[in-house]
Amino acid sequence: MSAAGDQPPNGEAREGCALVTGASRGIGRAIACALAADGWPVGVNFASDEAGAAATVAAIEAGSGQALAVRGDVTSAQALDATFESLKQRFGPALVLVNNAGLRADDLALSMDDADWVRVIDTNLTAAFRATRRALGAMIRARFGRVINIASVVGPRANAGQSNYAAAKAGLIGMTKTVAVEVARRGVTVNAIAPGLIQTDMTTDLDGTLLSAVPARRAGRVEEVAACARFLASEQAGYVTGSTLFVDGGLAA
Amino acid sequence: MSTAVTEADVEQVVVDSLESFGADRAQITRDATLEELDIDSLDLAELSQIVEERFEIQLKGADVAEVKTVGDAITLIAGRA
Repeated sequence: MSAAGDQPPNGEAREGCALVTGASRGIGRAIACALAADGWPVGVNFASDEAGAAATVAAIEAGSGQALAVRGDVTSAQALDATFESLKQRFGPALVLVNNAGLRADDLALSMDDADWVRVIDTNLTAAFRATRRALGAMIRARFGRVINIASVVGPRANAGQSNYAAAKAGLIGMTKTVAVEVARRGVTVNAIAPGLIQTDMTTDLDGTLLSAVPARRAGRVEEVAACARFLASEQAGYVTGSTLFVDGGLAA
Repeated sequence: MSTAVTEADVEQVVVDSLESFGADRAQITRDATLEELDIDSLDLAELSQIVEERFEIQLKGADVAEVKTVGDAITLIAGRA
């Protein structure tokens, strides 16, 4: 068991860890590293990119942090349960949950097939719900919890070709608000981060149309999203809940 | 009920839990309703967690929906332990 996170006001070390889903690359990796820098032992969840997850763990350990790579497809209830159990055995219960795992399967609504609709909803929204449900019990008992849902500027804002992604991300924001009010009085906060165009593997194939609409005239960096997650996970953010923090260079303003 | 867990044990856990949720210990009697004690669904969800940890039993939503008084809660849990 490990002491974790910045210290609560009474000085007692908090026993628990952070779980970041989809942390083998991109925003997930950056968030995992940022939380580790704040003292959280981190569960680096991945579906198939074992090398990426190992690299995330290595980066954390190089900074004197603690991390454990945990393979688990977030769309499988069984794998999710096993992920939580592995982490609990190693570091204590997950008191910070970052629902970051996500994927795109773009097409116009007119021609999108059921499979592409379902898998985007399953991975980006349903998995986040299941992970949240699984994590809340321990957070409530600990009188401390931080659920951070990585949504998107897409959802609140339109982006042609991404009706499935938009639905999932907008749904994530709705879920964030309702779950937040359910558990607020137990010291558990639930917030969303809505990144705009961020430089990652997931955006390299996008054309310049979206970028030209960004007031800041540049894509964001993963570290800029991670800094927001780090704040929301902190003791200082205890009165922030049910909110969505846009990290988008002004795109949705 | 397993021989190791008595109804008194269950009552103790239930009363301590309800008090930790903000109920006034003096008001926690077997006949007191959860509503009178200001115990809501979040509190009951946590009580289910506590009961699972302590007595290794699982309470489903349908079971808990029938619980109106402190006595109902004790009877339900003691019957499963």
